Amino acid sequence: MAESKIEPNLKVTGPRMISLRNVTKVYTMGKVEIMALRGVSLDVDEGEMVAIIGASGSGKSTLMNIIGCLDRPTSGQYLLGGVEVGQLNDNELAVVRSKKLGFVFQDYSLLRRATAVNNVELPLMYSGVRQKRERAMESLRRVGLAERANHKPTELSGGEQQRVAIARALINQPKLILADEPTGNLDSVATGEIMNLFDQLNREGITIVMVTHEMELAHRCKRIVRVRDGKIVEDQLTNR
Amino acid sequence: MKILDSVKTAFMSLFANKLRSSLTMLGVIIGVGSVITLMAVGQGAQNLITSQISELGSNVLFVQPRNPDAPGFAGTAPGFTVPSLTLADAEAIAKIPGVLGVAPTNENFVKVTSGNEEATVVLEGTTPLYLEISNFKMATGQFIQDKDVNSRSSVIVLGSKPAGTLFGNADPIGQVIKIKDRHFTVIGVLAPKGGSLFGLSNDDIAMMPITAFQTRLYSSKTASGEEAVAAIAIKLTDRSFIDPVQTQVTELLRKEHHLTAREGDDFAVVSQEQLLGIFNQITGVFTIFLGSIASISLLVGGIGIMNIMLVSVTERTREIGIRKAVGAKRRDILMQFLFEAATLSVTGGIIGVLGGSLIAFGISQINFGGTIINAVVSPMIVLLALTVSVVIGLVSGIYPAMRAASLNPIDALHYG
Repeated sequence: MAESKIEPNLKVTGPRMISLRNVTKVYTMGKVEIMALRGVSLDVDEGEMVAIIGASGSGKSTLMNIIGCLDRPTSGQYLLGGVEVGQLNDNELAVVRSKKLGFVFQDYSLLRRATAVNNVELPLMYSGVRQKRERAMESLRRVGLAERANHKPTELSGGEQQRVAIARALINQPKLILADEPTGNLDSVATGEIMNLFDQLNREGITIVMVTHEMELAHRCKRIVRVRDGKIVEDQLTNR
Repeated sequence: MKILDSVKTAFMSLFANKLRSSLTMLGVIIGVGSVITLMAVGQGAQNLITSQISELGSNVLFVQPRNPDAPGFAGTAPGFTVPSLTLADAEAIAKIPGVLGVAPTNENFVKVTSGNEEATVVLEGTTPLYLEISNFKMATGQFIQDKDVNSRSSVIVLGSKPAGTLFGNADPIGQVIKIKDRHFTVIGVLAPKGGSLFGLSNDDIAMMPITAFQTRLYSSKTASGEEAVAAIAIKLTDRSFIDPVQTQVTELLRKEHHLTAREGDDFAVVSQEQLLGIFNQITGVFTIFLGSIASISLLVGGIGIMNIMLVSVTERTREIGIRKAVGAKRRDILMQFLFEAATLSVTGGIIGVLGGSLIAFGISQINFGGTIINAVVSPMIVLLALTVSVVIGLVSGIYPAMRAASLNPIDALHYG
């Protein structure tokens, strides 16, 4: 598998956060093998804000799953913060997800029956941290939702729910936040709020990788990576 | 993940589905409840019989007719025996060293009348020693004397119940009552003893000289044409004589009955301990039988939990995905679902124990035509029921929990 011809991003903003080398992913569905990623190499440095764009079926979700340690590459190397995580087992991946990453999903992925603050606490339950409540409240304050802490997701607007999800992503103080179409279900006002929040977090030093299919949003990031047919076909800096 | 967090999470999700959780628990509640109730009642029945037999005293032997061709104690079953014991046998036994005295008895249900009043009692034809062997005490008057036995006197000693029914508050001593149109003079009244067995109060009783019983009321003959007695109670001077006396009585009666070496005993000598053994075997089998039926409902309850947990895993696939995405390990998810199943079954078990005990207590209050079974909820049964319900929870939870834990986070997140 030939390495991507695209020149890697040369603007180094900090130590290397993500380093993918010639990563492939093959799904086997019955007898058919589907090659979702065909040799992807990508470097993201600490402090970057990257948009991954591409049509559906392009492989961008698979790429996000691998970056997010929800899935393992079939071949190739993946270093996260300098640590090889490509071939860790399920439990080791769970620890990485809990300690190093924060996820934000299009559908917010909150537990419906739990209050906002309980949702934010959830990752702490699995990382064995004490003083859950205080840290959860602090995280909610960071996204400006402290006063809604005891509301359930059904009592919150879409934008508020996504802010709860971001507070949850922040709770373990990760250096990397992965967002999969984070504004896909939101109106333009809420979208603006969420993007401002991401900007703010990025200014505070958190690396953000976001999947989107809206060019307008992609251009609010510092760098755009375009995926097509399982390969990176474009990797450019925006004028931000 | 801390155990406390697992418990909290389990309770939260069970509370969120109150109706479903309680219906699921109902299976275990009914199962554990019925095990507790049936075992308690079985134990109560066993205790009742044990206490009745223990009352006879540990230094007493009984001789009963036996079918010589039948095996073991089966030969003493009513309907299979012919009368084989006589007063002469009783007198001979009384001479064996270590024997304090004997009380041959014949008994039957009779109607006792006085004027317009009548009472049904168990009438014992017996001898003076029977008062002591049967653990009765006199209230007024006197018991049967040796002279009454020798002269076949038409005298009778009434139990407290028939005395009350026939004479109310009047003094029964010296009154004449009728049994089968024959007249008997009341010479004494027994003090009430309380208790009952098989619907019959211990105080629905009357006693008369065995000779009077044989000649004036019910006569039955042995094969050789002598007056028969139904049973002989032997009181020993000390319980340490039980084994030697048992042997000597057997030898003596074989000789008296002219049995050849090839013939089996036409009588059986049993001790209170042996009687207890026989009855405990019967009630024990009965209790196990009831318990196994109840266990089936416990099993069904367990299957109910497994079923609901499986549904719950499917229904909460997305929740599992979210938890995994934020760092839950396989073990965390496994524990969460296991705890839920265990919580369901343990809570059900506890409610079942309480409910079952309550029902058992209720049954203890019911008078089954004179018999009151004091159901006993023993700590052993409770412990057993709770242990079983924990095991059921874990066993029925393990498969659904493993299914939940092995879900792929990506598939789980995008489910539904």
